[in-house]
Amino acid sequence: MTIEWYIVLSALLFTTGTVGILVRRSPMVILLCLELMLNAGNLALVAFSRMVGNQEGQVFAIVVMVVAACEVVIGLGLIVAIFRRKLPLNVDDLRELRG
Amino acid sequence: MSATTWAWLVLLFPLLGSIVIGLSFKAIPAKTAGVIGTLAIALAFACGIGALLALLGEDPEARHHASSLWDYASVAGLDIKLGIYVDPLSIFMVLVVTGVSTLIHLYSYGYMQSDEGYHRFFSYLNFFVFSMLLLVLAGNFVLLIVGWAFVGFASYALISFWYRRTTATRAGMKAFVINVVGDIGLTLAAFLIFKELGTFDYGPAFEKAPEVFTTNEWTITAICLLLLVGAFAKSAQLPFHTWLPDAMEGPTPVSSLIHAATMVTAGVYLIARTHPFFELAPTAADIAAFVGLATLLVAGTIALVMTDLKRAIAYSTMSQIGYMIMGVSIGAYSAGLFHLMTHAFFKALLFMAAGSIIAAMANNQNIDKMSGFGKAMRFTSIAFLCGALALAAFPLTSGFFSKDEILAYAEARGGMYLIFTVLGYVGALITAIYTFRLVFRVLPGTPCKEAQELIDTGHVAHEPPTNPATGEAEDTDVGFPGSEHHIAEQSWPMKAAMGVLSFLALVGGLIQVPGVDDVLTKWLDPVFENSPLAHIHPSLETDYIGLTIGGVISIVGIYIAYLIYVRRPDTTAKLIERLRPAYTLFVKKWYFDELIDFLIVRPALAVGRFANRVFERVVVDGIVTGTEGTVRGAGGVVKAVQNGFVRSYALLLVAGFAGLALYFLVSSS
Repeated sequence: MTIEWYIVLSALLFTTGTVGILVRRSPMVILLCLELMLNAGNLALVAFSRMVGNQEGQVFAIVVMVVAACEVVIGLGLIVAIFRRKLPLNVDDLRELRG
Repeated sequence: MSATTWAWLVLLFPLLGSIVIGLSFKAIPAKTAGVIGTLAIALAFACGIGALLALLGEDPEARHHASSLWDYASVAGLDIKLGIYVDPLSIFMVLVVTGVSTLIHLYSYGYMQSDEGYHRFFSYLNFFVFSMLLLVLAGNFVLLIVGWAFVGFASYALISFWYRRTTATRAGMKAFVINVVGDIGLTLAAFLIFKELGTFDYGPAFEKAPEVFTTNEWTITAICLLLLVGAFAKSAQLPFHTWLPDAMEGPTPVSSLIHAATMVTAGVYLIARTHPFFELAPTAADIAAFVGLATLLVAGTIALVMTDLKRAIAYSTMSQIGYMIMGVSIGAYSAGLFHLMTHAFFKALLFMAAGSIIAAMANNQNIDKMSGFGKAMRFTSIAFLCGALALAAFPLTSGFFSKDEILAYAEARGGMYLIFTVLGYVGALITAIYTFRLVFRVLPGTPCKEAQELIDTGHVAHEPPTNPATGEAEDTDVGFPGSEHHIAEQSWPMKAAMGVLSFLALVGGLIQVPGVDDVLTKWLDPVFENSPLAHIHPSLETDYIGLTIGGVISIVGIYIAYLIYVRRPDTTAKLIERLRPAYTLFVKKWYFDELIDFLIVRPALAVGRFANRVFERVVVDGIVTGTEGTVRGAGGVVKAVQNGFVRSYALLLVAGFAGLALYFLVSSS
């Protein structure tokens, strides 16, 4: 298989994630879409790594996974905290930080 | 122990006393604080004696030691040590300061007993003694300035001791501001000394001075004039004198210790200490002598008409310091310092007696209302009389010998200096008149209401406490003048202190009788041995002619006072009528307050108002509000982006990255 297919798939996944973040209002789904975007990136990294023929891209992918795990922990923690405070689980309603 | 060890101990005890009393004021009862304070100073005096004995055991030429404990500041080329300089002059000053202080602490122990601020008072008083000792023991100009500024602060704190009295706090500020002017002069002098001589230490500086400067060169004259600014401000000489009479707002022991016996004589010490400089700048020394002469006459004439007992004595203090400044400036070092010592005795005594009388008058200080205290307060009046006799230089009292020694020296120097002798005797006549004016108006006559109460019932008069200056009701929370007054007759510590000082005021002069003994001159000789001026001695004949003239003048002055104030009491009114312009001039204190107000205070205020109206309001405010407006406007624009919608942030981010990607695509293809 040529590299193009991997890249196209990666781009499709990335776009799906981006659109999901932009249109959905539930923080849970936004978090899922974010994961999707990160994994699209991972896919591209691994694909390029294979094309070039060394392992650096794979190492990067693992680092990205670690970062993703951290982000999920914090993100889910926030969501649980929002839930516990009986705040609306809707990012459009949570605008305390507006300037 | 060596002399320097003793000297360090002299410094240690008052400092310890001040700290202990200041920190433990809640834990220890008032009386203990008084005992600790008095003992600390008494120990310092004992150590002073120790240092004296240690020095006496040495060869006269070897009687100067510098000692340092730590580095005070050590930076590029500058090496200032926390050092003291022990020589006959500093030990002489230490003994006068600690000796008189011990007695005044003892007096305060009784006098201040009903004061709510008893601990505070003793803590301040000990701190003052420490500062004064630091001033006289300092081994370099930096430490001298430290001590100089410390006594200024102590003086401020003690003048404003009754801090709910507006007049007292204002007097404190006035004293502080004028003293700071002096501090600035002294500091600038120290800068110049370091620039020219490369050292701050006394010994090397005085040794180098004759090599570096030629006589009357402008730099050394400038140094001396700047030193004189410091000396005049501290010693209340014209035109920096206006703070001293106002300083009488402080408690009487403070007036006695700081504003009569010790601190105000610091200027005399300074001139004597830096005499090698002054001998290189005779012009500056002559200026100092003339200022001293002017002060002694001006202050004497004001003292003639003052009706406030303490203020009259304060003007007399200025006048006597005028003698001392004149003496040390024309080269009569040991005579000037001798007068410093005797003046410390009799003036401290006069203030103590005045304090006792004022307490009996329920804090009224107006001599118009006093009379007949001779009967009511026998001990106090005898003490007052002893002090007055010494001040008026009555034959064989201490002031008699010391004052005439200065005038005889001026005569021996001859030439222009004869002016000082002649006008000095005029001053002596005025002194005798104003001193016995106080005596004759306060002591004899029919007892006034308060004196009668004391005779009849033995109770000290009590009025509702009011401020004697303004008549406003006094806040007794911060103490005396409170519910109870203390007079020497009913308080043994006051009696003891006044007794010792009365004795010293009468016979203290006998340590230096011309032709019989001159203990002080011999003792101070090593300090001034290199000075040609110190080796001018009036002949014995001049001395005794001077003493005779002085004695006659004193008796004539006392007799004039007797004629005016006792024999024909209506003479005063007639004299006032006949000499109306002079009287007004004296009562208005030669318009010095008004002059300073017109020349300095008003222009400074006008400049301040101008700066406020024009510079502050327009320029500074303009810059500040302009900056603020710009920032606020820019912030308002940027703020709109922060709308709180997370998804719009995400969109901006995506759009931004898309834009960047497009840019790179376009630019790379």
